[in-house]
Amino acid sequence: MEAHAGTLRDDDDLVSALKAEDAGAFAEMVREYGPRMLAAIRRIVRDEALAQDCLQDAFLNVFRGIGTFDQRARLSSWLHRVAVNAALMRLRKLGRLKEASIDDLMPEFDGNDCRIEPTWRFEGSPESRLDAIKLKQQVRDNIDRLPESYRVVLLLRDIEELSTAEVAEALEITETNVKVRLHRARSALKKLLEPMWGHDD
Amino acid sequence: MTDWPTHDNSTKPPLGRRLKGAMSRLPGMMTCREFEDFIDAYLDGTLPICPRMRFRAHLIMCRECRSYIAAYKRTLELGKSAFDDPDAAVTGLVPDELMNAILASRTEPKP
Repeated sequence: MEAHAGTLRDDDDLVSALKAEDAGAFAEMVREYGPRMLAAIRRIVRDEALAQDCLQDAFLNVFRGIGTFDQRARLSSWLHRVAVNAALMRLRKLGRLKEASIDDLMPEFDGNDCRIEPTWRFEGSPESRLDAIKLKQQVRDNIDRLPESYRVVLLLRDIEELSTAEVAEALEITETNVKVRLHRARSALKKLLEPMWGHDD
Repeated sequence: MTDWPTHDNSTKPPLGRRLKGAMSRLPGMMTCREFEDFIDAYLDGTLPICPRMRFRAHLIMCRECRSYIAAYKRTLELGKSAFDDPDAAVTGLVPDELMNAILASRTEPKP
């Protein structure tokens, strides 16, 4: 084992080694950052074979782009964005990012622009670890029910924590459009989660 | 997507809501529909002072919007925690074959 194996050299050293085309550094990068990149890709594409293809795409882009990587940026953030972009590129090629209607899941108002909404009673914290896992699965299943163009915006902003500007760039839409889609996606998810809650009226 | 819940707007609004609708149109107030547009900015703290005060005034007088925003915040929490999996490192493991394919692709001729 080499001295740095297992314990990571810091990002600066790693990036310098990558720029110098050090094969060991590439292996170290794939080992260290690949799992998190693959996890992010899996959340977006939800298909194992496709996810693995995306990770390959992503690393090809990394190998090609590492020479121009700005060392002031964080390597992990850059790799995460490259992974997300590779996943989005595949979804776009498959035509899965087209705008879809989500109107049925939007909030309700009466003719006076007054909201129609029951008073919710939320469930307490899950009592066991198993219940907590079930609850998370239930929420993920409902996120999966959103049309792709909304699900992806919700994932990128709320889960992958990209900024509005980053999402706009990745999806090639305006920042205003990102904000509108995010709000509609969150509202729709709320509607889908409502059966989990009790209400007073 | 036929299993989505559907809306029923056929019933006439009760008197309380009709009064609130009228009040919402007074100067310095906002309707529930306008309130809707400000929710995200309010929650992430970027709503400017004037609309923020109108937003808060609306929250005080509107039970439905209070209930809505509570459920909306709950949704955000549930959504964000749905993926925070302590086993994520395991589920994200890169299979050996894939790892080898990735490393091999680095030295392949570029198209």
